[in-house]
Amino acid sequence: MTERTAGRRLPAAWAEVLGELALTAAAVALALLAGAALLALAGYDVRDAYYNLWDGAFGSVYSVADTLVNAMPLLFAGLAVAFAFRGGLFNIGAEGQLYAGALATAVTAAALAEWPSVPLIAAAMLAGALAGGLWGLVPGALKAKTGAHEVITTIMLNYVAILLTTHLVKQYFKAPGPVDQTALIPAHARLPELIAGTRLTWAVVIGVVLVAAVDWLLRRTSFGFDVVLVGSNPGAAVYAGVPVAARTVWTMAVSGAVAGLAGSTMVLGVLYRFIANFSPGYGFTAVAVALVARARPWGVLPAAVLFGALQAGGLTMQLFARIPADLMTAVQGLVILFVAAPGLLYAWRRLPVAAPRAGTAMTMTAETAAEGAAETAAGPDNETARREAGP
Amino acid sequence: MSEALEAIFHVNTLTSTLRLATPIALAAMAGTLSERVGVINLALEAKLLAGAFAGAYASYVTGSAWLGVGAAVLAGVLIGALLGLFTLRWRANHVVAGIGLNILALGLTTWLLQVIWGSRGTSPVVPDLPGWSIPGLQAVPLLGPLLSGHSPLVYVMLLAGPLLWVWLFKTPGGLRARMIGEHPEAADTVGIPVRRTQFLLLLAAGALAALGGAQLSLGHLSWFSQNMSAGRGYMALAANVFGRWNPLGSMLAALLFAFTDALQMRVQTLPSPPPTELVQMLPYLLTILVVAGAFRKARPPAALGRHYEPGRSGTE
Amino acid sequence: MTVSHNDAGRPLPPPAGAAPGPAPTPGGGGADAPPAPAIEMIGIYKRFGPVQASAGAHLRVYPGEIHCLLGENGAGKSTLMKILYGLYAMDAGEIRIRGRTAVIRSPGDAMRAGIGMVHQHFMLVDDFTVAENVIAGMEPRRRGLIDMAAARRLVAEYSRRFGLHVDPGARVEDLSVGQQQRVEILKALIRGAEFLILDEPTAVLTPQEADELFRVMRQLKAEGKTIIFITHKLKETLAVADRVTVLRAGRDAGSMPASQTTPQRLAELMVGRRVLLQVPAPPAQRGPALLQLENVTVKGAGKDLLRSVNLQVRGGEILGIAGVEGNGQLELEEVVAGWRTPDQGRVRIAGRDVAGMGPRRRRRLGLAHIPSDRLRRGLAPALSVEQNVVLGRHWGQPYARLGVLRRPAVRELADAVTSRFDVRGGRGPVGGLSGGNQQKLVVGRELYHNPWVILACQPTRGVDVGAIERIHRELLDMRARGAAVLLISADLDELLALSDRLAVIYEGEIVAEGETGQFTEEMLGLLMAGQRPSGGSGRNAAGRNGTGRDGAGRDGAGPTEATAGD
Repeated sequence: MTERTAGRRLPAAWAEVLGELALTAAAVALALLAGAALLALAGYDVRDAYYNLWDGAFGSVYSVADTLVNAMPLLFAGLAVAFAFRGGLFNIGAEGQLYAGALATAVTAAALAEWPSVPLIAAAMLAGALAGGLWGLVPGALKAKTGAHEVITTIMLNYVAILLTTHLVKQYFKAPGPVDQTALIPAHARLPELIAGTRLTWAVVIGVVLVAAVDWLLRRTSFGFDVVLVGSNPGAAVYAGVPVAARTVWTMAVSGAVAGLAGSTMVLGVLYRFIANFSPGYGFTAVAVALVARARPWGVLPAAVLFGALQAGGLTMQLFARIPADLMTAVQGLVILFVAAPGLLYAWRRLPVAAPRAGTAMTMTAETAAEGAAETAAGPDNETARREAGP
Repeated sequence: MSEALEAIFHVNTLTSTLRLATPIALAAMAGTLSERVGVINLALEAKLLAGAFAGAYASYVTGSAWLGVGAAVLAGVLIGALLGLFTLRWRANHVVAGIGLNILALGLTTWLLQVIWGSRGTSPVVPDLPGWSIPGLQAVPLLGPLLSGHSPLVYVMLLAGPLLWVWLFKTPGGLRARMIGEHPEAADTVGIPVRRTQFLLLLAAGALAALGGAQLSLGHLSWFSQNMSAGRGYMALAANVFGRWNPLGSMLAALLFAFTDALQMRVQTLPSPPPTELVQMLPYLLTILVVAGAFRKARPPAALGRHYEPGRSGTE
Repeated sequence: MTVSHNDAGRPLPPPAGAAPGPAPTPGGGGADAPPAPAIEMIGIYKRFGPVQASAGAHLRVYPGEIHCLLGENGAGKSTLMKILYGLYAMDAGEIRIRGRTAVIRSPGDAMRAGIGMVHQHFMLVDDFTVAENVIAGMEPRRRGLIDMAAARRLVAEYSRRFGLHVDPGARVEDLSVGQQQRVEILKALIRGAEFLILDEPTAVLTPQEADELFRVMRQLKAEGKTIIFITHKLKETLAVADRVTVLRAGRDAGSMPASQTTPQRLAELMVGRRVLLQVPAPPAQRGPALLQLENVTVKGAGKDLLRSVNLQVRGGEILGIAGVEGNGQLELEEVVAGWRTPDQGRVRIAGRDVAGMGPRRRRRLGLAHIPSDRLRRGLAPALSVEQNVVLGRHWGQPYARLGVLRRPAVRELADAVTSRFDVRGGRGPVGGLSGGNQQKLVVGRELYHNPWVILACQPTRGVDVGAIERIHRELLDMRARGAAVLLISADLDELLALSDRLAVIYEGEIVAEGETGQFTEEMLGLLMAGQRPSGGSGRNAAGRNGTGRDGAGRDGAGPTEATAGD
C-alpha cells in the first residue's frame, strides 16, 4: 500500500471521534454554563448546586446506579432513533413505540403469569419489541408507499399511541383504583436486580447487549449495509440494487422494535405495571441522545448516561440544594441546540451535521430515492468538503 | 341519537370549541407563516408554553393581563429569534432545533414556576383577560351567544385567519414570502432579501404562537400550570399540514380539532358515552391520512427544511 | 399603452422604440464600422478549485445584435455569463457596459445595468401563476394589495408586444417547457432588461419550440434588445446569430459575423486541433454481440428522450457514444443499468432480455457499470473504502454468508482492488479521497470481477492525467479479454482514443454510427451539433428492424452509416 500506512488509519478515525467528543463536551459545558447563569440570576449558590449535581450523578455507587436507571429508557429509545437516523429516517415516534411496547409487555406478563421467570421475561420483551416494531412499521410503510413524511406521521402516531393505550387500559386491563393502570405484574416477571440495594436491574445488561447487536447489525450484515447505504446515499443504493422502499419499511420497524423494548424494560424493571401516560417524553429526549451519539450505537451509551446523569443529579440537587431539578431539562434542551448547530460550535471545523442525511431527511416531499441522492450528494458543502479533503 | 345530535349542535359545544381552538389555531397559523418561508416549525410547542408562562408571570407582577399579553409576545419573539438563529444562521437541522427549543422551554418554565411560586403544579391565580362582547351582536340568536363573552384573543384568532390569508395570498409581501419557501434561488435572483424575510416571519410567527400561549394562561384559565401546552404545539403543526399551509385552512383545521375535543367533553354527559380517547385520536388520524394523500395530496412548500445561503444561488 | 401600475420603485422600461445607444445594426455583416460595443468583457479569469473555467476570455457584444456564444461542454460559456450576471465573482478581468466599467456583484446589480438572464434551470415557482412569477419582487399594488388585474395586463401587454404567447393566469407547472421559458424571458423584459442572456435555451426544447424561440429572438432584436445566446449547436447559431464568438477551454477562440463563416470553420474552432492518443491495442477481435439495444424509446415530457435507439456492442470492441451532454446519454445509461424501464424496445445482455431486471440481477449477468456521476450514484462518500468496494455485491458469496458480511473476504477484495488499480489515500471515508482515486475505486470495483459487458459513463471526468491513463488502459484490457464496452463520454479525445466504433447521439437519436476511422473531428463536431454531413438523408429505415445477432458493425447493423464528409 502506498502513501498512508496502516498506522495512520486508526489515528484518523480516532481524531474524528475525539473531535466530536470535544464538540459535545463544549456543548455540554456551554449548556451547564448557561444553567449556572440562570442559577446565579435566581440567587442560588452555583457551586453548591453543581457539587450536588455531580454528587447525585456520579458521587457514589448508588448515585451511579441512579444515573444508569435514569439512562435506561433513553438508552433503548436513543438507540432506536440512532438506528433510524443511520437509515436516513427521522424517527420522532419513539415515544409512541415505547407506549405500544410497554402495554404489550405488561399484558403479556400478566397473561403468561404461570410461565417460569426467564421464558416469561423473554416472551414479555418479545411482545414489547413486536408491538413497538409494528407501531414503527406504520410510518415506514406510509413513507415508502405514499411519501408521507415520517416526522409528521411519527409525531401523530405518538399521540395516537398514548390515547390508544390509555383507552385499552381503561377498557380492558384496568386495575381497581383511581389511576388508569394495569395490575402489578407477577414478581417473577420482574427484571432481577443487578446490584443489591439499588434499582439497577438486568436492563443495563440487556441494553449493552442490544447496543452491541445493533452495532453488529449495521456494521457486519448485508441488511445493515443496505440500511446504511440508503441513509448515506440513496442514489448509490439504487445503483447497487438495494430495494430502497422495502428497506425504509424495515428500518422503521427495527427502530420501533428497539424503542418498544424501552417500554418493556420500564414495565419489567421500574414500574412493574403499565401506567397510562407514564413517559415524561423519553421519546423526544431520545432524539437528543441519538444526536449527541452522532447516531453511532456505541455513542448512545455515553449519551444516554449523560442525560441520565443530568436527571439523577438534578434530583439530588433538588433534594439537598433545594433547587428544582427541572433546570436540568432546560440544560438538556440547550445541549441539543448546541450540538445541532454546526455553525455555532463547528465553525472551526467543517463537519457534517450529526444525522447522516439530516439535510434530505427533512425535505418534506415524496422523493424518489434517486432524487434524494441528488440532493445529498450535490450539496455545496459535500462538494467543497471533498475538494478540501482532496490531495 | 337525537341526544347526540343535540350535543353536537349545542351552543355550549360550539363556544367551547372556539375557546379550545384559539391556542391551536394561533400556533397553527404561526406554523404556516414560518413553513411558508421554508422553516419547519416544531418549536410551536415552545412558543405556546413560553407565551403562557410569560403572560401569567407579567400579569402576576404588574396586575395587568394586557401587559401579560405583551410579555407573552416578547417571549414568543425571543423563541422565534432563537429558532431563526439556530436554523438559518447556524444551520441546525430544523426538526432538531425545534425539539431542542421545546425541551428548553419545558424545562425552563417548569423550573421558573418553582423558583418563582414554589409549586411544581400551578401558579397562583393571576389577573386574566376580560370577556368581550360585540355590542349589538348579543341580541342575534345563535351567533350572539356563540360570539359573546370570549377572551379578546379568541377574536384575535378569528380575525388573524382571514387577515393572514389576505396577506399571504394577496399582498406583495406574502407573494415574496411564498416564493422564498418554494424557490429561494428564484427569490434571490429577483432581488428579494431571502434571509431577512425569513427572519422577520419567524419573529412574527413567534408572536402569534405566543398569543396562543397567552390564551391558555390568561384567556381560558387564569394561571399557569406545568406543561400547560400539553402537546398543542404539535397538534398545531398537524393543523397546519391539515390546512395545507394556508392560514385559513390552519384556522379551520384547528377549529375542527377543537370541535372533536369539545364534543368529546360534551358527550361524556350522555348515558353511554363513546370512549374519550378514541374521539381525541381523530385529529391525529386525520392528519396522517392527509399527509399520506388520502384526500388530495397536501403539498408542502418545496424548499421546506432546506438550508439556503443567499447569494450563492449560482454556485455549483 | 399604460405601464403606470408599478410603484415598486423600479422604473419599467419605456415602451418600444427606445433602444439604447445607436440604432441596431443590421445583423448580416455589411456594417464596415461597427458601433461601440454595448457589453465588453475583457480578460476574464475564473477558477473553481483545480478547474480554470475562464482563462482570459474576451467578449464584445454590439447593441441590437443576436450574439452567439458557441463552445463545447466545459468551454466556459456559462461561467462567463454567470459572471456577467453577477452570480460568480471573477478572479480577474473587466466588464464594460456601454463603454463604462461596471461592477456587477449580484443579480440585482446586473438587473440595474439592464442585464437579464434566462437560466438553464428555470427560476420559476411551479405553484405560482405566470403573472405571479413574473411580477414577484416588483408587484403592482392597489391599496396595499397586489393588483393582480394590472399584473395580468402588464404580462399580457409584454407578451403581445414581444410575441411571447403565454396565459398570465396559467399555473407554471401546467405549462410546457417552452412556455416556461417564455415566462422567464418576460420576467427579464419586464424588469427592464436591454441585454438578455439565454443560457442554452434550446437544450430543453422540441425543434418546433426552438423555432418559435428563434422567432421571438428576432422580434426582440427588432425591438432593440441585445441578445447573448449560449449554445453548442451549429445549426442554431447560423440560423439566428448576427455574430458568433467561439469559446474553447475558457478562452475565446474567434469572433466573427455569422454571415462570414461556415459550419466547418466553426466546428474546427470549437474542437481545436487535437493531439490524438494512439490506441495501443491491436484491432479488435470481435466476438458475438453482448449488449444489444433494440428500438429503445424513452418518452419525456413533450419529447422523446431516446428515440428508437438501436445499438449493439460485440465482445472485444468498444463502442463510443459521442454527443453533447443532455442529448439522451443519461437516459441511455439508465436504461442499460436497469434504473429506468424503456417505454418501448428491449435491452439484451449476453443475449438475454433483461426487461424487469434491476441493477442487482444485471450485475450477476456480468454487467459492470461505471456511473456518470460517481458522487451521487457510484459511491457513498461517507462510507469507507471497504464498504464502497463491496457495494452491490454485499449480499452473497464470497462477501457475505447467510446475510452476514465476511470481513476477511471484503478486506481482501479492498486490498486487491486498491493495489491492482492503484487507489491511494487510505481506507477511510471515500469522500476524503481525491477525485482520481475515487474514480479508480469505482472502475476497479466494477472491472475487478471480469465483467462481460461494461457500461462506462464519463469514466475519466474530473480525474487527473495519471488516473486517466490508468482507466483507459483498464478499459482496453477488458476489450482485449473479449468484453463489450459501451463508452459514453463527453470527451472527444477519449472517444477517439478508445473506441473501435462510434455512434453519435443527438436529441435522443443515434444520428450516425460507424468505424472510428470513418469520422473526422470536423464531422463529429457537425454531427454532435445537429448537422447532417452533406447528403445526409436522415435515418436508414432498415435500422428499425432490430439487429441481427451476427451483424457486424460495418455491415449496416446500426442506423445511418456515416459516410465520408463532403
